[in-house]
Order: sequence, then C-alpha cells, then structure tokens
Amino acid sequence: MTLTAPPTFRPAGGGPDLTRAALSGRRRLTNHLATAAIWAAVLLAVVPLALVTYTVITRGGGVMSLSFLTEDIPNSYRRDGGGMAPAIVGTLLITGTAALMAIPLGVFGAIYLNEYGKQRPLARLIRLMADVMTGVPSIVMGLFVYLSWVLLVGAQTGFAGALALACLMLPVVIRSSEEMLRLVPEELRQASMALGARKWQTTLTVVLPAAISGITSGSLLAVARAAGETAPIIIVTGIVFSPNWNLFDGSNTALPAQIFRNASQPFDAAQDRAWGAALTLIVIVLGCTVLARLISRRFATKER
Amino acid sequence: MVSDTHLITRPSVTVHAPAAVTTSGAAFADTSVMRLRDVSVHYGNYEAVRRTSMPIQRNQVTAMIGPSGCGKSTVLRTLNRMNDSIPGARVSGDVLFHGQDLYARHVDPTQVRRRIGMVFQKPNPFPKSIYDNVAYGLRINGVKGRLDEHVEAALTQAALWDEVKDKLRTSALALSGGQQQRLCIARTIAVKPEVILMDEPCSALDPIATAKIEELIFELTHDYTIVIVTHNMQQAARVSHHTAFFTAEVDERQERHGRLVEFSPTDQLFTNPADKRTEDYITGRFG
Repeated sequence: MTLTAPPTFRPAGGGPDLTRAALSGRRRLTNHLATAAIWAAVLLAVVPLALVTYTVITRGGGVMSLSFLTEDIPNSYRRDGGGMAPAIVGTLLITGTAALMAIPLGVFGAIYLNEYGKQRPLARLIRLMADVMTGVPSIVMGLFVYLSWVLLVGAQTGFAGALALACLMLPVVIRSSEEMLRLVPEELRQASMALGARKWQTTLTVVLPAAISGITSGSLLAVARAAGETAPIIIVTGIVFSPNWNLFDGSNTALPAQIFRNASQPFDAAQDRAWGAALTLIVIVLGCTVLARLISRRFATKER
Repeated sequence: MVSDTHLITRPSVTVHAPAAVTTSGAAFADTSVMRLRDVSVHYGNYEAVRRTSMPIQRNQVTAMIGPSGCGKSTVLRTLNRMNDSIPGARVSGDVLFHGQDLYARHVDPTQVRRRIGMVFQKPNPFPKSIYDNVAYGLRINGVKGRLDEHVEAALTQAALWDEVKDKLRTSALALSGGQQQRLCIARTIAVKPEVILMDEPCSALDPIATAKIEELIFELTHDYTIVIVTHNMQQAARVSHHTAFFTAEVDERQERHGRLVEFSPTDQLFTNPADKRTEDYITGRFG
C-alpha cells in the first residue's frame, strides 16, 4: 500500500508543523482503523439489543392492555384473551422474597470476607464455594430445592421457588459486593479508626456507604438474572391459573415459566400471551432497576 | 545468619548495646504526656525500629525527622496503636501515656485512639458532606445534641470555618487539598483528643496551604500536644519545640533498622547538634 505524502504545511513564523499532516501516513492509517473498529464493535453490540427490544415491544405490545395485566390465565392454551396476572404476582412475590433472603445475607457475607476474614482459611473456603456455586446450572439448583424442601414439606410452593432463586443469587451477590468493598480506599478505614471508631462502626458508616452504589448494581444484576430463571420455577413451584398471594400455601407461577409454556404451544393466542409476558417481564426488571438506583442514591456517599 | 563462632567471638552484648541516643537539655521538667521506653517495632521477623526512648511534652510540638526508611512514621503509628491493623506488626518496650502502657493486655485500642488522634499524609476526608465529616467522630462517640456547635467550634479552630460555613452540606471532596487537610484536622479535634499525631501532613500540599497548616499547628498547641513526622527540616525547625532525629542503621547482619540518634530542643538540634550523624543530615551532607 502506498500513501501519498501529504502536502507539507509551513506556518509563516517557520516553527514546527503542528497540523495532523505532520504525522506519518502509517500512524494516521492506524488511527482511522482503530476508530472504525471501535465503532463497528459498538454497532455490533447494539444491534442484538435493539432487535430484541424492538421484537418484544412490537409482538408483546399487541396484546398489552389493562385486562392482560389483571386477568387470570386461561386454563386452555387454545382460548383467546385472558391475562398474566397470576404470573406477575408470582414473579414479584417470588423474586422479591428471594432478593430479601439473598441480598442481606450476601452483603453480610461479603463484609465478612473483605473486612474480617481476608485471607484466613475459612474466608478462602467461602470464596471458593461461592465461585463454585456461581457455576451451578439453575436447573440443578431447582432439583436441589425440590429434594431438600419440596419433598420435605410435600408441596410445590412459591416459597420453594424463592429458595431456589435465592440460592442462585447468593454467590453473585457475595462476589460482586466483595469486589466493591475491596475498592473502598484503605485510608478511609484508617481515618475512621484514628477517630476511635470500632470496626463495626467503620464498616457500617464509612465502608458500606462508600460501596453501596456498586453493591446495588451487582445485586440488581443478580435479581434481574433470577427474575428470568425458568427451570427452577417450573420444577419447584408448579402452576396456577389465578393469582396466589400466599407463598407458603399452594402452587404458584412466574412470568418466565409462562413464557416457556405458552411459547411452546402451536396456538396463536398462547404465543401472543408469551410475547406479552416477555414484555411485562422486561418492564418489571427495568422498573426494579430504576427504583433501586433511586434508593441507593439516597444512601450513597457524595462524590462531588 | 550468625554463625556459632561468630557468637562466641562476639558476645551478644554488642547486639544489646544501649541505644546510642544523645539526649541533651537534660533538665526537662517532666511535663511529658507520653514516653517511649526501649520501643522496638517488628514486622514479622524484620526489626523496623530498634530500642527507641523519648518523651512527648505536653502542649508542645515534637517533630520527628530523618531520611526515608528510618522508621519515624512507624514510631508515630505505635503512639496510637495504628500499627495493630498491619499483619505481623509487633511492638516491644513500653509506650506510656500518663504512665500507662498502651500495649498492656487490658488496653482497648479504640479508647487509645479516642484520646490520641491522627492526621494522615494524604488528606483523606470521608466521601460525605463537610458537616458529616466533622460530626462523624462525635456521632460514633455517642455525642447527642448540640452537634452544630461542636462542628462550628472544630472548624473554627482548624481555621476553616469562614471558607466553608456557607457550604457545610456539600461534599468534602470538592474542597482543595489544603482545605481537605484542614478538614481532617477539624475532624480530629472535634473529638477532643489530648494528643494529635501528624504523619507528614503537608507533603501533598502547596507552600501556601503548608503555611496555613503550620500556623494552625502553632495555634493548636494551646490545647493539644502534637507529634509531627516531616521530611522537611525547615518545617521541623519552624513548628516544633523538640526534634527527634532518626536514621537507618545497617547492623552486623546487614539488615537496616530505624534508630533514634538524637532528641533535643529544636533550636539546639539545628544549631548545635550533639551527634555527628545529625550534623551531617541537617547540613545536607547525607540523606
């Protein structure tokens, strides 16, 4: 490849050429290539995201209505109309309960690991176990809860689903929170210590607020992932066609399970309901994210 | 390693020879708040500071100077047990505060640090509002009510009140470096310690901010006892009443230890040092 030499520009004063033309052709070419590569990567990443959002909105938007959000699921897939109210109730209750169990436990676990355990054998063991747990497939976790809880109480319940989701969230919350706590500068802990603060005071009033926004992000990722889990819900919560507000009594259902069941039917009505459920799930997760961001901003420390 | 023959030919007496400290100005009226007696600090098997003895006089500024790695910061951090959090750190000898050994078994390090505060090399305000930074120590120590007055008093004493009184609720991180350091001093004096330890408090600041801090240090001696570690000999000469000169010595095992060489009134140490090593250091022939 030959590059024609750019016309050299000489400022009147006779100083050095400060224009871009002074760079060698090779460096300018590399610069253009790198910029093009970065733009291509951005577009490639955005395309699937945009397509998924567009498809779910156009397909799901058609069935979206107040009655879709408030009516029972028809007990025949063939039937038109009906709604997803039981699955919405189930998703909110099950995921919410799972988050209530997993997030505090996970954050306290992370505090132990980073502030107290550090490199002690017990802390290293917990870290290893958390890493292993992250890799356990969700269906295995569903089977585990089926054996250890559903068989024990003798019934599929919403709470069993919450247990399974909590087990899936826990290691993610532990590890992401620990990373965030590790980013808190040691100087802040020392400053607090030098004022006569006890370790728990330092941890609660200085370290945790400094890390809270990162911890929130990590926990939200875990919640969003758990809200979309299908396999454990199908195994341990069973199915219902009208809303069940009681997590401890009777079967339940959730949006991902309904998407799976309805989408695998040959009937148009069922497939429409699946798209509607998909749109509802995305909106719920988005709503939770915004809410949690607003809450954590109240507790977050001031950076500017 | 020390060989057996070496041990026989050179008895261990040489190892435990009394610390070569020249303490002049012998007639100190004993107004010391703190006193170090034969203090050695180990990190694991490494002896960072060997057998240091010196007093800290009430309502005066004691400066610690010396080249890098001479252990002056280590000694400072033993004074309020900040070394406790470093794994493997061990202190022997006595660190006395009003005659009590701070490293005695029954002593709670948190109680020690409430009375002996510390200002660090890099300004390290909490990422909270200016008000909350100063109120922090009061809150954790269970002070209820009249927080506003305490905060104003501490900021006034730290010569920062006029600059921040209209923006107490804004983040401390928006302040300049010098203001941040004065805020850290305000935060420390808000809990009313007896002694304030300062670990190179001006090394990250420009000359104007440094001058303000030095002026402040002088003002603070009305109410507090101050121990300051500094790399800057002029600073020690300007602000302190007593100066301890530390240096790093290489022992018979080729290991470096921090040693206290000379402890004297500041004007005497800088004009008429008793030890040759001090003279070499302050005249710039070494370090």
